[in-house]
Amino acid sequence: MVEFTLPANSKVTEGKTFKASDGSNIKNFRIYRWDPDSGQNPRIDTYEVDLDKCGPMVLDALIKIKNEIDPTLTFRRSCREGVCGSCAFNIDGTNTLACTKSIDEIKGDVKVYPLPHMPVIKDLVPDLNVPYAQYRSIEPWLQADTQPPTTERLQSPEEREKLDGLWECILCFCCQTSCPSYWWNGDRYLGPAILLQAYRWIADSRDEATGKRLDNLDDPFRLFRCHTIMNCTNTCPKGLNPGKAIAEIKKALVQRR
Amino acid sequence: MELRSYLSRVRGLGASHEGTHHFWVQRVSGIALVPLVIWFVLSATSIVGADLATFKAWVGTHYNPVLLILLIVTMSHHAYLGLQVVIEDYVHGEAAKLTSLILIKFAAVLLGACAVFAVIRLTFGS
Ligand code: SF4
Ligand code: SF4
Ligand code: FES
Repeated sequence: MVEFTLPANSKVTEGKTFKASDGSNIKNFRIYRWDPDSGQNPRIDTYEVDLDKCGPMVLDALIKIKNEIDPTLTFRRSCREGVCGSCAFNIDGTNTLACTKSIDEIKGDVKVYPLPHMPVIKDLVPDLNVPYAQYRSIEPWLQADTQPPTTERLQSPEEREKLDGLWECILCFCCQTSCPSYWWNGDRYLGPAILLQAYRWIADSRDEATGKRLDNLDDPFRLFRCHTIMNCTNTCPKGLNPGKAIAEIKKALVQRR
Repeated sequence: MELRSYLSRVRGLGASHEGTHHFWVQRVSGIALVPLVIWFVLSATSIVGADLATFKAWVGTHYNPVLLILLIVTMSHHAYLGLQVVIEDYVHGEAAKLTSLILIKFAAVLLGACAVFAVIRLTFGS
């Protein structure tokens, strides 16, 4: 059965508090910590950060904490402008990118947890091997048997427009890990991020493998675990709509019956 | 211990190619239930608290037995499809999953058959 309570070794305990030495504009950052080598349960550490000496985004605070307060804090980040998808965490109860989430928007303490329901490697770093393999399983590249032209493969403006709202996905997995269906059946359900990507290739006028792509999705678990709960669309930090992309795949499958 | 690659695990046994059928039948039966349930609710309010003779007469009137049987069959099938989804969502052991799926299938068919038999008997029986 689905487990609704955490196993004993995953219960989160209260951790250390790192006091700020001075400053009048202090915000508490409450951050999930887990060290695989310590043998201890995960804990929540509290860091007092002086916002007058910190950039505006949650990622600025995390970097400040790592640089100036506690170098053991572990997290992924790279572009710090919302294009690489590395810095996805559960912030203030919602999955989003730390680099585009401003601290101002958050009332009270800033709570930062790893993306939900994934195995944790350390602190805020989740194990993403399964979603990456799922991404590979949908063969995310252009497939065509027609002799390639000597120039670009052409698309009309209308054909190109069909990719809008899909190509912008940065594979941050905010949607993927917000989906209850993915929590319960993530081993077999492909999840919103992967299905949006799958639809990106189904919708591409240059691709010639549409039928094969749909064949690989026509499955009660791979695709039809989506029950249109729409957490995915609500949480996407790029404002995309995986729920709609999934509905389009279902529509195409019904259409070809 | 599992040393299979992630890709091999994710590909698993491949796609079963039958998700769309389930999805479609669930929608169609859902659409069919809208008028059937509206009819039933409107029509059945007239016989709330009635005695057996009046009830029998109501069941046997005009097209009522046909609509009742349609309602029963559609509803049991739709309910089965819905429960199947819930079980697939939440029951994870293969044995437990299979057992519960078979049990709800039997229950749906049994309840449906009893209800249909009741309609026939009320319509034609003494
Ligand atoms: S659809 Fe949005 S939330 Fe999901 S992976 Fe892509 S960018 Fe991230
Ligand atoms: S719409 Fe589908 S993919 Fe999105 S959160 Fe809901 S079940 Fe998951
Ligand atoms: S650091 Fe690249 S998306 Fe946030």
